[in-house]
Amino acid sequence: MAKTIRVNETPLVLYTLRRADDALILGHRLSEWCGHAPMMEEDMALANMALDLIGQARSLYTYAGEAEGGGRTEDDFAYWRDERGYRNVLLVEQQNGDFARTILRQFLYAHFADLYWRAMMASKDATLAAIAAKSEKEMAYHVRHAGEWVIRLGDGTAESHARIAAALEDLWPYTGELFEMDASEKALVDAGIAVDLSALRERWRANVKAVLDEATLTTPADGWMQKGGRTGIHSEHLGHLLAELQHVQHTIPGAVW
Amino acid sequence: MYTQALNAKPDAGEPQLEDAALLEAFQARIDAEDRIEPNDRMPAAYRKTLTRQISQHAHSEIVGMLPEGNWITRAPSLRRKAALLAKVQDECGHGLYLYAAAETLGTSREELVDQLLTGKAKYSSIFNYPTLTWADIGAIGWLVDGAAIMNQIPLCRCSYGPYARAMIRVCKEESFHQRQGYEIMVTLSKGNEAQREMAQDALNRWWWPCLMMFGPPDAASQHSDQSTKWKIKRFSNDELRQKFVDATVPQAHYLGLTLPDPDLKFNEQTGHWEYGAIDWDEFKQVIAGNGPCNRDRLAARNKAHAEGAWVREAALAYAEKRHARKAAA
Repeated sequence: MAKTIRVNETPLVLYTLRRADDALILGHRLSEWCGHAPMMEEDMALANMALDLIGQARSLYTYAGEAEGGGRTEDDFAYWRDERGYRNVLLVEQQNGDFARTILRQFLYAHFADLYWRAMMASKDATLAAIAAKSEKEMAYHVRHAGEWVIRLGDGTAESHARIAAALEDLWPYTGELFEMDASEKALVDAGIAVDLSALRERWRANVKAVLDEATLTTPADGWMQKGGRTGIHSEHLGHLLAELQHVQHTIPGAVW
Repeated sequence: MYTQALNAKPDAGEPQLEDAALLEAFQARIDAEDRIEPNDRMPAAYRKTLTRQISQHAHSEIVGMLPEGNWITRAPSLRRKAALLAKVQDECGHGLYLYAAAETLGTSREELVDQLLTGKAKYSSIFNYPTLTWADIGAIGWLVDGAAIMNQIPLCRCSYGPYARAMIRVCKEESFHQRQGYEIMVTLSKGNEAQREMAQDALNRWWWPCLMMFGPPDAASQHSDQSTKWKIKRFSNDELRQKFVDATVPQAHYLGLTLPDPDLKFNEQTGHWEYGAIDWDEFKQVIAGNGPCNRDRLAARNKAHAEGAWVREAALAYAEKRHARKAAA
């Protein structure tokens, strides 16, 4: 009988899992829209971006398995860790809400991930650098897609403006965590494997602000920032997401699917 | 995903505008296997039949996203999740492609979608059945997409150019979907007892509705004759159904599964598998709106449309503002 795994979180394994979990959870959230989007073109686009993210997660989990050296597969990490074992930022697990909220969440994350993966292309870890090269191209598209929508919703109707402004206010406190680094990550930065996230923050803010300005939205000031996801202290939403994601494997454990 | 011979009655009072000479010239083009293109003259009834068929096909693709979409968040591995998501995305693409083909006949996508949302238009009956286990995703790919391919391959030679060309691309993707579905079934049937039971149960539930996908038996079919004459339809419902049964029965046997038809037997003389009586009452009920999921499917489509209204309005408002700014500059 299979059960929840305990990962040997060496700095490299932990680092890789954090990025993998971000991608999987956000990809899963986007996939929840499939068949329910405001227009068919968005059904296609959201599914496409979900596929990009799930693809990134798969590469990263596979690499985490290699780095851990215990023969674990992508599915072991995805299906056999509980909320406390997941390492994603809180932003990506936030519920879809309306289209404005989903788009804004995507916008904030994509702008981060675009800069992040571009910087990671210079990682001394060849596998992470290769994953970065592929992911950066994908995230550059997500940035464009989400940005176009932020502008349309912000500068569209009074209703769309109110909705995206509310989403911005609600989600902004989750953006600080994107740039959090602990001692284990800092050691990887020193080794040339990871990138210094604090160095990306001003660029991120400027890029985000440029779009928000065009969308007639006010970039919030950085106040209190929520965090905890990187150490497995999540919002209440993640447990429900995982219950759904892991359901079949947990019902019939040990099977090949 | 699929077009179905629903055999709706033509409007009795529709005026026949074409004169005999035009009709004859049109038929001569059809008989010469010429492709009819959007700007060509065509009988009103030809246009109407095709608009109905292509839009029903488009609606089926879009509604078909729902039963399979039901398992995207629960797919049992990341590989399966990605494949299913890609597949459902393909179906959406088919829907868009087909609405565009229907629009070449002069009816807008908005109008066609409205017909779906108000319940005026039909879509394939198969999507009114629920997906209850993961094996249903395998069974749908294998059987539903398999049946769709049987129907759609001949449509690649349909007399109407845009539809025929759309079908060529759609069939390529459907064929991939079908193999993917069958591969799920192979994996399940090689799996543990619970997985094999799941596979058998899915086959039991999907088999008969899949046979119904080909539409009423030829004897009861009201107007495939005209569609055949216009080379929209190349094979009868029963011919296609038989092709499907002949192709599928050996595949089920390979899986070690039993088809839920005690009357199924191979006829050595004809070389065909003979199947038992189809419950056409069930088919009629599902078409009439009484299938297990009809209401849910339409409600889901209407909900997405209604909740997306403010988004579409915002996009339009922004486009108008931008246009006005450009004009003022």
